[in-house]
Amino acid sequence: MEILQYTDQHREFRQRMRRFLQEEILPHVEQWEKDRITPKWAWKKLGRQGFLCTAVKPEYGGMGGDFLYSVIAAEEMARTNHTGLASSLHSDVVVPYIEAFGSEAQKKKYLPGCVSGDIITAVAMTEPDAGSDLAGMTSTAEQGNGEIVLNGSKTFISNGINSDLVIVAAKEAGVSDPYRAVSLFLVEDGTPGFKRGRHLEKMGFHSQDTAELFFTNCRIPEENRLGEPGAGFGMLMEKLQQERLVTAIGAQAAAEMMVELTTDFCKQTKDHHGKPLAKHQACQFALVEMTTEVKLGRTFLDKLIAEHAGSEQVVVETSMAKYWITDLAKRTAQRCMDLYGDYGFFEACPIARGFRDVRVMSIFAGTNEIMKNIAAKFMGL
Amino acid sequence: MEFALDKSRKEIQKAVREFTRGKFDKETILDLLRSGEFPSQTWEKAAELGFFGIHFPEACDGGGMGLLDYVLAAEQMCKQDSAAGIALMLAGFGAECLFRFETGPPADKYLPLVAAGKMRAAAAFFEHSPGYELSGIQTAAAQNGDAWILNGTKAYVPNGTSAGFYVVLCKTGTDADTAKNNLSLIVVDAGSQGITATPAGPSLGGNLIDFAHVTFENVRVPAENRIGKTGAGGRLAQCFIDECRIQIAAMALGTAQGACDRAVSYVKQRSQFGKKLLDFQVTRHKLADMAARIDAARWTVYSAAAAFDANRCDAKTAAQAKLTATSAAMAAADEAVQLLGGYGYMTEYEIEHFYRDAKTLEIIMGPPAALKDVIAGGLTGRQR
Repeated sequence: MEILQYTDQHREFRQRMRRFLQEEILPHVEQWEKDRITPKWAWKKLGRQGFLCTAVKPEYGGMGGDFLYSVIAAEEMARTNHTGLASSLHSDVVVPYIEAFGSEAQKKKYLPGCVSGDIITAVAMTEPDAGSDLAGMTSTAEQGNGEIVLNGSKTFISNGINSDLVIVAAKEAGVSDPYRAVSLFLVEDGTPGFKRGRHLEKMGFHSQDTAELFFTNCRIPEENRLGEPGAGFGMLMEKLQQERLVTAIGAQAAAEMMVELTTDFCKQTKDHHGKPLAKHQACQFALVEMTTEVKLGRTFLDKLIAEHAGSEQVVVETSMAKYWITDLAKRTAQRCMDLYGDYGFFEACPIARGFRDVRVMSIFAGTNEIMKNIAAKFMGL
Repeated sequence: MEFALDKSRKEIQKAVREFTRGKFDKETILDLLRSGEFPSQTWEKAAELGFFGIHFPEACDGGGMGLLDYVLAAEQMCKQDSAAGIALMLAGFGAECLFRFETGPPADKYLPLVAAGKMRAAAAFFEHSPGYELSGIQTAAAQNGDAWILNGTKAYVPNGTSAGFYVVLCKTGTDADTAKNNLSLIVVDAGSQGITATPAGPSLGGNLIDFAHVTFENVRVPAENRIGKTGAGGRLAQCFIDECRIQIAAMALGTAQGACDRAVSYVKQRSQFGKKLLDFQVTRHKLADMAARIDAARWTVYSAAAAFDANRCDAKTAAQAKLTATSAAMAAADEAVQLLGGYGYMTEYEIEHFYRDAKTLEIIMGPPAALKDVIAGGLTGRQR
């Protein structure tokens, strides 16, 4: 019995996207991994095909799809074993802020470009000294004379180099309560005072650009305020459930892909006695254990997806799923590598990239320690 | 009996620690990792100071000390930096065969160069077949007058393109013979006609080592280049594998300690939610787990090395040392990445390559399943 009720349209969308990624994206991935960035044309191509921002309503250029389209897009992208087209981050994490909290003018101005891939988005929350502790951010916003002046620095920003539009979190000058001080702002590429810092080198996510962003007396018009002043924390908290769920979906799909690859490898590869690796009992148990864990993750996740799609509050379960499933992906990569042996630790083997890429999933979108803190709080502990 | 290192060994630790602190500063390491270049000059310097080649006999310009001394040096190097430590301490990979086992002229020709940090070496044992058993070797040497004619391909050979010579495990008997007596070890000069070394491409870790597939096509090798007796290669190769597993265990130990030390200093200075990360109980427990596993591994590795030096090391002891130390390294590096959070994933903060190197050490020269087969074999007296 399937927990999620995919329709024929969903299935057709999945097939179409999978074929598109195979034909149009995968041939370039090696190069993008080397380049440490994915070209903007790839985003546009993805957008033109209707694979970005599927949830955006038709009046803003989208298809107004339900959450299952986002799930499919996230899963299919994860199965490409590359991270450069961070389309879930764009479609299901950043753009929803504009959809949910943007003014009509903001939506008209930005959403069609987000859907077509002409506008790549990023969200800038993390600062050098405020990672898990968002309330500790020090970026400031000062309003006056019809404009807002932003100051501060952000780090670890995904799509940091490519982004055309950044949602920046900063504290209103003069508000002392951190939970009432944070507001969100839309900053366009090219705004004076907005500079991109270093393109950060990292363990994995090589085809994706992660960067520092600097705002120095960066002046934006008042109409670029997103939502009400001081409502930033509430908006972030509201949207983090989906961000964490999408992270879990990506991790789950990555774990499934790695177990499939490794199972095939162990079936096809023979030891020098001519016996397939998969005929060795320890290998069998390892594959069975990994497959079991992946199925457990899938069941938990699909139930959460159904609940989230039904607009239920599933903060605790989403925190649990984010922590458990991203750890699952990490653990799976480590164990798959053991089964591949020497083959696995060369980059020519897809497991090597998977191993490097999934490691950050336990860290971003709120570290797994933060997930446990949240769950503990909601469990009344 | 006291479980402690004597004074001279503590001095070795201290000297290597001071040397690597000077040589493996962060910027140097990050530059090396970007270029993937082997740190030749540092290696030569390490050899000059006697840290590299510490376990080579004095007769060939080595330090004349034991594997335990090598272990202490390798641990200190990898603690300072896993990538550089691994590359330096594996630069002579396989040269041990030339002094542990009876070897003629090649020992005099090559060992002083390796001990001086001027020539790298490569044991070329395994082929394109998974597993770490020696029975599947296809590379063969046929005797032809006063020479061997060598044919075959060795896979994922460390120092594969840079070695001055290879220690090749090859068939010299007929197929009907068992692995016990149809294999031999021969020393092949890398400049010989008929050798092609093809880089194996970028690797997950061990990034300052060049791994290559090495093909030998009708390579003529002087008969005197045999190590030990004809047909003894399988047994000798196994002895070297045991030694090498202890060496890798030492590198893993240093990698684990290096990761742990970096995590400790990070959580002491990093504040979130108005307090140091160190003040969170779970942070302290994570560090406690690391420390307990690393100390357990340390004594397992030291005692395996001491047993090796006393000629009492068996395959089981060596495999246990590698299994214990590499899994401690993986756990420590993994948790260190986590404690550093986003910084842990960034190249600049070093831990990310400790994590990749820990996994590399866990895989090379026998991943966990292969080691467990060996350990179980030693326990039950039934080698598979």
